Amino acid sequence: MRRDPSEIIPRDYDEGVYRNEWRWQEGDLTVTRSAQYTAPGCHDSCSLLYYTDADGNLVDVEGDPRSSYNSGRLCMRCLNMLETVNHPERLGHPMKRVGERGEDKWEQITWDEAYDIIVENVHDVWENYGPQSIVGMQGTGRNVVWQVPMLTFMGFGSPNMSGGFLSGDACYLPRIIGCALYGGGLWVVDAAQFHEKRYLDENWTKPELVLVWGNNPVASNADGFYGHWIVDLMRMGTRLITIDPRMTWLAVRSEQWLAIRPGTDAALALAMINVAVEEDLYDHEFVEKWTFGFDELKARAAEYAPEVAAEICYLDTEEIRKAARAFATAKPAAIQWGVSLDQQTHGVQAAAALSHLGAMCGNLDVPGGNVFAISAYNVCDNYSCGQFAVDPELMKKRIGEDSTPLHRGGFAQLAQEDAVLRAIETDEPYPVRMIWMQGTNPIANMGADSPRVYRALKRVPFIVVVDAVKTPTIVACADLVLPCAMSCERNSARAWNWPMRSLVQVTQHEECKSDETIILEVGKRLKPENWPWETDTELITWWIQGGGSPDKPWPQKAGFTWEDLREDVMMWEEEYPYRKYEKGLLRPDGQPGFMTPTGLYEFKSVLFEAWGLDPLPFFCEPPESPVSTPELAREYPYVLTTGMRSFEFFHSEHRNLETMREFHPDPITEISPAVAAANGIEEGDWIWVENMRGRCRQRAHLNPSHPDWLVSSEHGWWFPEREAAEPSLYGVFDSNINNLTPMEQIGPVGLGAPYKCQICRIYKDDGSVPNPTETIIREGGPFNG
Amino acid sequence: MAKELKGLLVDYEFCSGCHACEVACKKSHGLGAGQYGVLVTKFGPFQKPDGRWEMDFVPHFGELCDLCADRVASGRKPSCVHHCQSFAIQYGTVAELAEKIDKTKMALFVPQGQ
Repeated sequence: MRRDPSEIIPRDYDEGVYRNEWRWQEGDLTVTRSAQYTAPGCHDSCSLLYYTDADGNLVDVEGDPRSSYNSGRLCMRCLNMLETVNHPERLGHPMKRVGERGEDKWEQITWDEAYDIIVENVHDVWENYGPQSIVGMQGTGRNVVWQVPMLTFMGFGSPNMSGGFLSGDACYLPRIIGCALYGGGLWVVDAAQFHEKRYLDENWTKPELVLVWGNNPVASNADGFYGHWIVDLMRMGTRLITIDPRMTWLAVRSEQWLAIRPGTDAALALAMINVAVEEDLYDHEFVEKWTFGFDELKARAAEYAPEVAAEICYLDTEEIRKAARAFATAKPAAIQWGVSLDQQTHGVQAAAALSHLGAMCGNLDVPGGNVFAISAYNVCDNYSCGQFAVDPELMKKRIGEDSTPLHRGGFAQLAQEDAVLRAIETDEPYPVRMIWMQGTNPIANMGADSPRVYRALKRVPFIVVVDAVKTPTIVACADLVLPCAMSCERNSARAWNWPMRSLVQVTQHEECKSDETIILEVGKRLKPENWPWETDTELITWWIQGGGSPDKPWPQKAGFTWEDLREDVMMWEEEYPYRKYEKGLLRPDGQPGFMTPTGLYEFKSVLFEAWGLDPLPFFCEPPESPVSTPELAREYPYVLTTGMRSFEFFHSEHRNLETMREFHPDPITEISPAVAAANGIEEGDWIWVENMRGRCRQRAHLNPSHPDWLVSSEHGWWFPEREAAEPSLYGVFDSNINNLTPMEQIGPVGLGAPYKCQICRIYKDDGSVPNPTETIIREGGPFNG
Repeated sequence: MAKELKGLLVDYEFCSGCHACEVACKKSHGLGAGQYGVLVTKFGPFQKPDGRWEMDFVPHFGELCDLCADRVASGRKPSCVHHCQSFAIQYGTVAELAEKIDKTKMALFVPQGQ
């Protein structure tokens, strides 16, 4: 039964209870409308109501039903916010390490003392090594996305902004940079999220079909896309096709579920292009008028008949044909893609193939299709914030700048993360003397080959970590720890993408400071000329008003301040324009077309060709797979995919929260009942997941829908309930799936790494295998030091 | 009597199993570990004779559910209804809710704690 768009979002809330003001009094409580970003981590910023008592304590939270973003809804993590904010193990004061690294011995110090230590160390590196020997690092998404780059560039004066050893920058950057190169920008599903009236906006149409590819959006809520918007679309009649090795809840509700072999996405997407070409199902008008290189794409896709892809991807030929026809004939259709595209060595090429499929079928920037994801008011909410302050000659010294043509061309946004690890280990091209980490816990989470990352961090003489709780990374390698505020304890703003939302401080924990306050206070002490702002809100107003980003035809920069935003709670554009390529809204010169060298959507990338790279998408086997390494695969017979998402956790966060652990006490590895039986494993057994690099221990869950060739494991696990000091280190390597993943298996563009397409074997834990954390810390390793 | 009873109408075609209702309930009622006013149950996954898979989540409302009497008295909806990420729970009298059953995969709960 199809619901009308007017039936989706409830409008029957009590307007006297949920008032159209930014703050009011309800009895003894103050109610403040705000948005949640981080900490704790999240990729979204749902609108909520914070209830505080007369003493300023947070006593309740509730979703804001007036918000067109989440319309009152909240997930279990926001609903558990009181436990998170009022948790006894939160960091509350700056701390200086007093024992050896790993001993977990700290001395509480003042903020001024902490800043003095930072200034002294930065000056030491500046004078003896140069600013490039300082590396800034951050975790994924969250509310440090522009703050850490800004401090790195404008405070430390270093060109080296990086993530936390995420091999191949394998989270979104392969898709983002790929889309920028061949299409001039990233796109997302149009779930009416850019319209204040949402599903009632007269210019919007629902997608007839959404191709959900390599993600479980209702659980992952990635990158500013609230996953349950997909459910809203389903209720209006949108059909789904799901491409995922695991049968997700959305897959069950899809007209087709294709259980693809991880790392073979490019082959499937090219086969679908092949079908759309062979059966003449593509959008001729769009292709002829707005694209470049279609004949070459056709020729490339001709190499990927459905029969060929079926064998590569472990799929059925007819199912591929059927999915291709359904997608190509649905008007409009949209692609909801995920990090699986990035987490393969040739992630950019896989993403290109899928993007081309959407574009050739006429879905680019049309209502209900895939629309350009451009942030509100042209804010600089990305890794380049403040980069203008670094001398271009110094930017060329960025680590990994020579590693690929993209990096040489300045398209890669970050210092290449595998090269950063290599630099720490070898002092080449120069030593890394200081690391500033803000909101990242790399040895528990994003660093591949986490034992190697752990050992490398021990080499770096000075490491500062800003975080909300004490993490394994802090215990293992921090010299100075700064406590950051939770989202409800900070003034800030959220764009990425629309609307612009205010974050309002409603409470204070101990001496915690917001990430904005910390970068401002550090920046002012290092390069006061770059930091003219007196308060956090002055800095945020600068950022809201563009933050130094270059002008674009659309959107215009904001003229309002943070205080104005707080008053309005959220700001929307009058009208979100579609088909921006027809209107001259995508190029700085104001001409129609795309922001590419040809001005067209490039099926064949002119830049890739100029760089001597294959300009068309192609499939390449994962470096280790049943096909590329059959000998190894005899020992490790299963395809291993990592990073299985759950509702309870954001990456390595939330493990300290009793309520989340009540719902999800242990790390889970899913296998089929047949695989379990073949390996003598029963439901709930602790098992070892192992390959040639390492092993980790998780609990088996038998899922009847799970393919018999696949093992799916969770990531981000550590155990805050265990001893912090080494060799315990919160058991960070015991269940760490990144004991098995490699650094430096990246492709010619340096973007994408095979986190999700590994091989492994499994066996029951009988107690005879030693604890990996102790082994790794005492002896190196996991297997060979 | 029956007409005055209040209930919760669940559209379990769209319950994603996200646990929001469970946590909303636990927090609004101050329930401890292992205590629930609503618990999401899982049906499946299993493969049907036609080869297709079935897997549903259904929230089950238990004896601790008082339909958020305090919230309702203050002009609010029950917390699970307000926060359900799929908008899959509706609150009202049993008679009102019965009128709203217009498709399959819907279930009407009449919690004992009211």
